[in-house]
Amino acid sequence: MTPRPGEQPAAKSHRPDPGSASRGAHRMSSTRADYDDDGRQGHAAGRRYLDPFLDVRDLHVHFNTEDGLVKSVDGISFQLERGRTLGIVGESGSGKSVTSLSLLGLHKRADRKGRGGARITGEIRLDGEDLVSADSARIQELRGNKVAMIFQDPLSALHPYFTVGMQLSEAYRVHNKVSKSVARKRAIEMLDRVGIPQPDSRVDDYPHQFSGGMRQRAMIAMALMCDPQLLIADEPTTALDVTVQAQILDLMRDLQREFNSALIIITHDLGVVAELADDIMVMYGGKAVEYGPAKTVFASPEHPYAWGLLSSMPRLDRPVQDRLLPIPGNPPSMINVPSGCAFHPRCGFAELCGRYSAIGSDVCSTAVPELEPTAGDAGHLVRCHLPVEVRRRTFDEQIRTHL
Amino acid sequence: MSTDNYSNPVSLAAAEGGTAVADPDALLSVSGLQMHFPVRRGLLRRTVGAVRAVDGLDFTVRPGETLGLVGESGCGKSTTGRLLTRLLEPTGGKVVFEGRDITHLKQRQLRPLRQDIQIVFQDPQSSLNPRHTVGTIVSAPFQIQGVKTPNGTKRAVQDLLELVGLSPEHYNRYPHEFSGGQRQRIGIARALALKPKLVVADEPVSALDVSIQAQVVNLFEDIQAELGLAYVFIAHDLSVVRHISDRVAVMYLGKIMEIASRDDLYGSPRHPYTQALLSAVPIPDPERKGEAASRERILLTGDVPSPLNPPSGCRFRTRCWKAQEVCAQQEPPLVQITMGSRPTAADHHVACHFPD
Repeated sequence: MTPRPGEQPAAKSHRPDPGSASRGAHRMSSTRADYDDDGRQGHAAGRRYLDPFLDVRDLHVHFNTEDGLVKSVDGISFQLERGRTLGIVGESGSGKSVTSLSLLGLHKRADRKGRGGARITGEIRLDGEDLVSADSARIQELRGNKVAMIFQDPLSALHPYFTVGMQLSEAYRVHNKVSKSVARKRAIEMLDRVGIPQPDSRVDDYPHQFSGGMRQRAMIAMALMCDPQLLIADEPTTALDVTVQAQILDLMRDLQREFNSALIIITHDLGVVAELADDIMVMYGGKAVEYGPAKTVFASPEHPYAWGLLSSMPRLDRPVQDRLLPIPGNPPSMINVPSGCAFHPRCGFAELCGRYSAIGSDVCSTAVPELEPTAGDAGHLVRCHLPVEVRRRTFDEQIRTHL
Repeated sequence: MSTDNYSNPVSLAAAEGGTAVADPDALLSVSGLQMHFPVRRGLLRRTVGAVRAVDGLDFTVRPGETLGLVGESGCGKSTTGRLLTRLLEPTGGKVVFEGRDITHLKQRQLRPLRQDIQIVFQDPQSSLNPRHTVGTIVSAPFQIQGVKTPNGTKRAVQDLLELVGLSPEHYNRYPHEFSGGQRQRIGIARALALKPKLVVADEPVSALDVSIQAQVVNLFEDIQAELGLAYVFIAHDLSVVRHISDRVAVMYLGKIMEIASRDDLYGSPRHPYTQALLSAVPIPDPERKGEAASRERILLTGDVPSPLNPPSGCRFRTRCWKAQEVCAQQEPPLVQITMGSRPTAADHHVACHFPD
């Protein structure tokens, strides 16, 4: 079969599956089309940053376990500027939380033989400084200071034995040489800023005396103590009721504007992402399958997994459908990720792929597709074997009506 | 539209007539249902107060329909589920199932009833015994009730597994060998074993991944179409409830604020709380984000008050932007909405002094 117009040359787009998980193979596979020769420039969704504030390149986080190598994050790249928001979407086990923890250096690193912990390769450049190769003392300086995190469950992330005020001041005093009373003042100021009533008395309360929404506010206050430039929120509203969620999302939007920080929001809730994110990365099986500006990804998603996610959830802004269209099957186990495109066992278009491929009908199960720009929009990257125009046609004809 | 159109204050007789009792074909009807959990303190464990988890509910469930029950955490929806299935004994009010008062039945009298009313729990991990095989779990209802099936229990269990989309070969596996969605299917199979007439599903899809949620929601609908049973579907996810329910009740602090058919409730919510709740749901459409969306959004301030000591009058008044003096003094009854003298939408009941 001849390559169709608009399709990348076969050699580039269809790389045989590396099969074995050797490190060398992965380094090779990471020569991606979207970097210039000097390696400094990349596609961020929608625009090209010369020197992005956060530049994650070809990040791999692998864990050696008794059951085998778990490639939780398998080569993801993204860029983020200050004042912008990236939403990472995926199901459980897609690697989204592992990504965020590695940005903070919170993984126990494996020893030189790759045992007992995470093996992290690739680059995480924050303001030009590489975090993967930085030593733990340096990471500790950054953590909580320049980079901060809001965790999902504030009840388990806050220490039950210390007052909220003590926990907030500690975060401040670790990074600033100030007295306890100054730190306490700062804690009260931040509690006030995140909308906790009577902050000067609530500062001496213990976490259990706060309601769920207030705990999450306190967590946000703690993350903001040192004016972080990069804020990572891992499922910040999943444990909250919708009315409280609306309050917290509003708060995060306001605070980001005020502090001009870069924000990464990790969630499985597409509604939350649509509220906040400028760019969206959809993860599946440890890889980004679609990455682009939020508007483009929601208006014209091109990966069948993104179609599935969008059509499987009921929406309040649409008429009630007779049936939801779920994605068949289950998310893959990370120990045993399907060969080729990790989504192919659940994909309704694998057969269609085979028909258009130069490699053969089993292309989806044998070759890992590359994350490549779609024809129209340089900032919109999709990892799928389907040729762009077939994808678009399929979306228009079969999918759009169900969204 | 001004509030003058509605006759106000509403006659209390209409409220006490109850929405529940009036319906003769109801499968389940509930009136004045209360569950006050006593709070005990001190050496003598004296009762010093009560958590008023459920504080006077009236509603009905008709055969074959789905009643959605939504509300924030702590509003008493799960307690309601447990009262309907009589896993808890109400401290007040009445639960009538098929014309029979089951409010205070003894354990022994309840047993035959369990064939007809079943429950599916939120967390499939903790509601399945990890030491029992799927076969044992799903066949337990047959054993306990002493039900004989024509081709033996094993065959019946395998049919059930097939009905919920599992393979009959899974009979001898243990719960941990399944994924979250599959485990929820096991819980559903167990609930369906004795062909109940009513299944109470307490947050059955909340713990599942998005793509799996849709599978389980479809499964619930398919089973209803096939077996004609009624659901009480308890969830906090308003879009899932809208998808699956015929009628929806909105709860706040142990009370029903509004109950109506799905389209009425979502299309023209009358209670301020329902409006706030609906406006808070994030819409997966980035075009709407930012200023425009936040102007439409009604942000509730503060937190839900404690059910130990709920506000006087209307419970929502502390967070309500329409609250006036009467709201603190008089509790608004749950009444049919009227436009002048004639009822508007059939069956739209709201508990508010100033409904929209």
